[in-house]
Amino acid sequence: MTATLEWQLATVTAIRDETPRVKTFTLSLPAELPHLAGQHYDLRLTAADGYQAQRSYSIASDPTLAGQIELTIERLADGEVSAFMHDVVVPGDRVEVRGPIGGYLVWNADGGGPILLIAGGSGIVPLMAMARHRASTGSHVQATLLYSSRSREDIIYFDELQRLHSGDALGVFHTLTRSQPPGWTGYSRRIDGAMLEEVLAKSDPAAAIFICGPTPLVEGAAEGLVGVGLAPGRIRTERFGSTGS
Amino acid sequence: MAERFVTRGFVGRRNTAEDRERIPPGQYLTTDFPVLSAGPTPHTPLTDWTFALGGLVRQPVIWTWDQFLALPSQDFNVDISCVTKWTKLDTRWHGVSLDILLEHVDLDTRAQFAIAFSDGGYTTNLPIPDLVNGQAFIAWQYDGGPLPPPHGGPARLVVPHLYFWKSAKWVRGIRLVEQDQRGFWEGLGYHNRGDPWKEQRYDGD
Repeated sequence: MTATLEWQLATVTAIRDETPRVKTFTLSLPAELPHLAGQHYDLRLTAADGYQAQRSYSIASDPTLAGQIELTIERLADGEVSAFMHDVVVPGDRVEVRGPIGGYLVWNADGGGPILLIAGGSGIVPLMAMARHRASTGSHVQATLLYSSRSREDIIYFDELQRLHSGDALGVFHTLTRSQPPGWTGYSRRIDGAMLEEVLAKSDPAAAIFICGPTPLVEGAAEGLVGVGLAPGRIRTERFGSTGS
Repeated sequence: MAERFVTRGFVGRRNTAEDRERIPPGQYLTTDFPVLSAGPTPHTPLTDWTFALGGLVRQPVIWTWDQFLALPSQDFNVDISCVTKWTKLDTRWHGVSLDILLEHVDLDTRAQFAIAFSDGGYTTNLPIPDLVNGQAFIAWQYDGGPLPPPHGGPARLVVPHLYFWKSAKWVRGIRLVEQDQRGFWEGLGYHNRGDPWKEQRYDGD
């Protein structure tokens, strides 16, 4: 199989605010291995006494970007690693990473076929890598995104998604579950069967479906799609967090 | 790395000494029960559910749901570790030990490995020695109630001494084989055995 995934020392070259709780970290890698849109890296922090903490973060950037990756990280209230990344790390700092990891929730523009992406919150990150990859390779495969956020200010990559919509024919449907700004024209509720049917009607009937987000959203969307007759094997998922029940 | 790198400004959390004994390296303690699955949650009606123990055995056995629940079962209190870095202590399960299931078949001496297979097409591979002597069980209850489908209900394999992807959700049977065959995640770059105490997360670890 593959060679050992070695830890390497990456340098943080840029930090960008995405939303009040989400930042994107650009990492310059000494040895970048080729990766697919949808894969992740493990990130490891080491304290002076040797204590270590690790977490996995999805790659946000287009795989064709050479020598660097972007990780978009949500600051969790009790997040040992995410809070450190948000509150302490500045450009020029170094962190250990290894990857790429994961070979199931992945899509390649070359031969990948049409896609329907369904995201909740920071679950957009690996799916954004797919949308960016599609745009940068000039792929014309049909692609649609349904993206659930709590409020307008919580939408990650909002402006870029608008550009991908107008410039690269990415179908983009937003839903805001908690609050909506005046004049909001998107959906205003949790993803449900009616919403899925409307989005499906505007997607390629053969699209591969990728769902990533909090467990209740992924469970609901996946079951909704199976409920309207989609083959479970067409649906690939990545969940985070507990069932919340 | 010959010299250990230290992340500027990182202190981190410290687990208690007692927890440190029980939390494998690179893992953090959670009190939640996160859900990780590669596809939609299957919902097989219990009337259609069976559990098959086959492969290199003289006579394969197939249990219906009622027959399976009538097997001698017991409570298990175990710590579990997911390759995504969380560890959960003192999880309470109820089910049947693999030792009990294996008593129902005559194992061919060539049998070395087990392939667990599940609704939805998931598979995972284990050496038979990792399944016996009280190390593995099929659970249908979690924390005193029916095992919820997102966590693998109606029944899942639980092999607590290995990373939790080996504990196949929605398990429908085990096939005993001579040659090892990588399962779902094992074929996608994850470690073939997955011992958390050795941090066997990915191939080559």
